[in-house]
Amino acid sequence: MKRETRQENKIRYGMVFAIMIFLMVLMVVLNINIGSVPISLKEIGKIIFGRETESVAGRIIWQIRLPRMVMAAILGGALSLSGFLLQTYFNNPIAGPYILGISSGAKMTVALTMIVFMRNYGYASSGILIVAAFAGSLIAVTFVLYLSKRIHNMSVLLIGGIMISYICSAITDFVVTFAEDADIVNLHGWSLGSFSGMDWGNCLVAAVMVGVIFVITFLLSKPIGAYQLGESYAKSMGVNVKIFRVALILLSSLLSACVTAFAGPISFVGIAVPHLVKRGLNTSRPLVVIPATFLGGGVFCMFCDLIARTMFAPTELNISTVTAFFGAPVVIVLLLRRSGRAN
Amino acid sequence: MEYRFETKELSVGYHKKPLISNISVSIAPGEIVTLIGPNGAGKSTILKSVAKQLQPLGGSVYIGKDAMEKMSYRELSGRMAVVLTERISPELMQVFDVVAMGRYPYTNRLGVLRTEDENKIWQAMELVGISNLAKREYETLSDGQKQRVLLARAICQEPEVLVLDEPTSFLDIHYKVQLLSLLRKMVAEKNMTILMTLHEIDLAQKISDKILCVRENEIMGFGTPEEIFERETIKKLYGISGEVYNLSFGSVEMPRANAEATVFVISNGGSGIPIYRKLQREGIGFYAGILSVTDVDYQVAKSLANEVVLTRPFEKISQESIERARALVDECEEVLLCELYTGSGNEKINELIDYARTQGKLREQKGLVWQKY
Repeated sequence: MKRETRQENKIRYGMVFAIMIFLMVLMVVLNINIGSVPISLKEIGKIIFGRETESVAGRIIWQIRLPRMVMAAILGGALSLSGFLLQTYFNNPIAGPYILGISSGAKMTVALTMIVFMRNYGYASSGILIVAAFAGSLIAVTFVLYLSKRIHNMSVLLIGGIMISYICSAITDFVVTFAEDADIVNLHGWSLGSFSGMDWGNCLVAAVMVGVIFVITFLLSKPIGAYQLGESYAKSMGVNVKIFRVALILLSSLLSACVTAFAGPISFVGIAVPHLVKRGLNTSRPLVVIPATFLGGGVFCMFCDLIARTMFAPTELNISTVTAFFGAPVVIVLLLRRSGRAN
Repeated sequence: MEYRFETKELSVGYHKKPLISNISVSIAPGEIVTLIGPNGAGKSTILKSVAKQLQPLGGSVYIGKDAMEKMSYRELSGRMAVVLTERISPELMQVFDVVAMGRYPYTNRLGVLRTEDENKIWQAMELVGISNLAKREYETLSDGQKQRVLLARAICQEPEVLVLDEPTSFLDIHYKVQLLSLLRKMVAEKNMTILMTLHEIDLAQKISDKILCVRENEIMGFGTPEEIFERETIKKLYGISGEVYNLSFGSVEMPRANAEATVFVISNGGSGIPIYRKLQREGIGFYAGILSVTDVDYQVAKSLANEVVLTRPFEKISQESIERARALVDECEEVLLCELYTGSGNEKINELIDYARTQGKLREQKGLVWQKY
């Protein structure tokens, strides 16, 4: 009987992973297949496996659809993972990079950096934008942490995060108002969030950064699990909580900074995906949840991006429009469940 | 003598303000030490400080021969486990997973459980009687069940020293007794040392090898229950007056009704106790008698009655006692006669009963009996 219990869980984990991998494959096929230029499946097979990059269809696939899709997968995973880490840190399922103002902080510094660099050098490389986004994330996180020391009520803390988000947005708007059009031509599209215009270079940078952070996070599953029992118990089990907390915040900020730098602020993925994944797995064991969240976030963003670019083609929706449409109801359900439990 | 756990001139408190200083206790392996004292005295602060949850403000803590300040959290986790009062709300965690956390110091880098670990987890769960809850979500449990889950977690951490902050809170009487017997068993079998706080001082008296009395700003005493459970210490420790707390039974009586006595209760062998308590609840003052100090009724009467008419134990009731009782009956409007044991020793009680009857004050209280033999 004992073993069966454990076995049942493992079967469930396996099934959830299988479903997500199936959905991932489905999204890959659909994302390559669907678009303003129709390309048949047969052609796609030839282009991909034949490494045909010269034809028009080949270019569309190799230079537009594939990098965009890969980026959606990587950044979606990163965003969900960032959300999971913040939820662990704050012990609150509604914490996430967007709600806590971390994305807005990144947006603010990216806007500032973009304007300064465009004016002086005429360009702003992705590396610089990542650094700027990271700095912005950390500024916002620092404020949230400062608040969290004084405010122990989590809902109030979330309101604090939302206020930080507004302050950062206000500063961004202020700067943008007085900037020259040429300097901020990219900013508007960017600040609404989009996976468009990605190249393989971006993908490589994102993959390396996110990959390294993913591995580090995965190796931290054990202390993350202990931390889920609260700070005191984590200490008593041998976790150096001070260092661990700093690591959690750094990792989650890096992840969300990376996403924001490339694709702009994207809402709700960080809250909705970890929640859905945990419900699906019926556990919050980090060892399973970390990879599953990453995978789920990838699938979710590929799906949302597919809708964003095809639903009203040739007009493209902002990615946040789509993620909010699917993600916000999940958050509402979460809030209802929580208040139901409190009563 | 080798000690398992020692504090030397330990000083604890928050924000650099010492709350209690100069705590020096030595505990041998296999001993249960209980901290008792009023709310807010600093019992939990002491426990947190010896568990490296709170930075001590001075002095040192030793586990065996090793100073705790030099131990990392990791080293300490293999030797000390805790159950705290802090509530935890792990999302979507099954009971098994929470208990399994206890194996943290022993598992590999990713925390994968070996068969040996799983066996120990099940053993710990069986020990506290929660193996049937293994698959349940922790957050759906009752407070008492949660308490036992956390205890199982601490047990499978296999510590030398177990620190428990109010482990009996939320537990019903059945599990209280079960928990405390379990602690005794672990101490005996695994030679564990237990340091805990309890609010139920009667239980502390029964289970502990040593008692540490913590009053605001000071340690009032450290010793065996026989030494500590002496009337004045407990009264002083909790700042309670009169006969509120019964040392022999560990029971608590409400303060005596603040009213002139209008009732005289005649009882013995426990039949008066429910009547005394009823009168106290209704705010009616009363006299009790005629009792000897060996009578169980006396234990409660001395707390609740305005006056107890006494007689020497195991002797015939003295004339003096009868007269005193008559005088008190004269003051009263009513005399309640409870079930009575009578024999050659106390046959004179009938004189008092007849006296009350002739005055028309007697009322019999049959049926409300403390205990039938």
